Amino acid sequence: MKKIIKRYRVFFIVLVAMLFLTIFNQQLGIKALRITGNSVIEMLLVIPPIFILLGLLDVWVPRETMIKYMGEGSGIKGVLLAIFIGSAAAGPLYGAFPVAAVFMKKGVKFMNILIFIGAWSTTKIPMFLFEIAALGNTFAITRLLIDIPGIIIIAYILSKMVSKKKVQTLYENAAKID
Amino acid sequence: MDSYIFYGLAIVLLLLSFIKDKKKTKMALKKAWKAFENILPEFLVVILLVGFLLAILNPETISKIIGAESGWFGVILAGIIGSITLIPGFVAFPTAAILLENGAGYMQIAAFISTLMMVGIVTIPVEIKYFGKKISILRNVLAFFFSFLVALIIGMVVM
Repeated sequence: MKKIIKRYRVFFIVLVAMLFLTIFNQQLGIKALRITGNSVIEMLLVIPPIFILLGLLDVWVPRETMIKYMGEGSGIKGVLLAIFIGSAAAGPLYGAFPVAAVFMKKGVKFMNILIFIGAWSTTKIPMFLFEIAALGNTFAITRLLIDIPGIIIIAYILSKMVSKKKVQTLYENAAKID
Repeated sequence: MDSYIFYGLAIVLLLLSFIKDKKKTKMALKKAWKAFENILPEFLVVILLVGFLLAILNPETISKIIGAESGWFGVILAGIIGSITLIPGFVAFPTAAILLENGAGYMQIAAFISTLMMVGIVTIPVEIKYFGKKISILRNVLAFFFSFLVALIIGMVVM
């Protein structure tokens, strides 16, 4: 119980702050709480299948397989797979982080994990269709064409800027999660 | 819409897994729950903050400050707004279309959309949990500047 209170401490503080806000500015507070409610519903709709797939991946796909396709020395195959998996995903960016943790556990190369995060953030296929419908072909396709090299370059820079030791620590943390 | 595909996929694979091995399936579900519960506190904070931000920033306000004439100032502002807001894509794109109709510029909208998707100030606590401070901050900074390149090119291509 004490542990739960400690972990959710920030949440309770923010929630109380929001309730205070609602007392002083009812209109703004109620609007904020309503949007929050909508986000919770959206989260509950989008997130369960991601985590179930994650659990299944963790249990069924052996580490060796993941290393072979996306680990060190997986080359262009690993990069393409990272882009594809990230792009096929649904849900907001924060849904990508737990998946990244499982990838770390399974020995996926760090740069490929960063590419995956980049792809999840901005080249999602379902979102691309939305983008074409709302903003037109030229806008959506131009953005996609700039984004793919952009994601890879950002991943490359990031992976070069952190030490092997730091990455090692991240991988160890990820292994501890379950 | 696309979440249905994921539900379908999750249910089919879960059933297959259950037929093959009940114990492993149970373990998978346990792991799924643990992974979810692990970030739930951060999730909830993020969601509350997003609710607050969106309550303050409505489309009219946004449109006022990132019009086509606002130039680079508008582009940078749009990039900052995109960085701190967290709007789902299926809301963001129609909103962007409305903003364009109401006089927002293409460059500004490109910066907004790009940072909206790639930069997440409010989700940084979740990101740090998995990637550490250095990488999370660097990734967001790089993505922020990259978004201006996207805006520049979109500004040249889309008329």
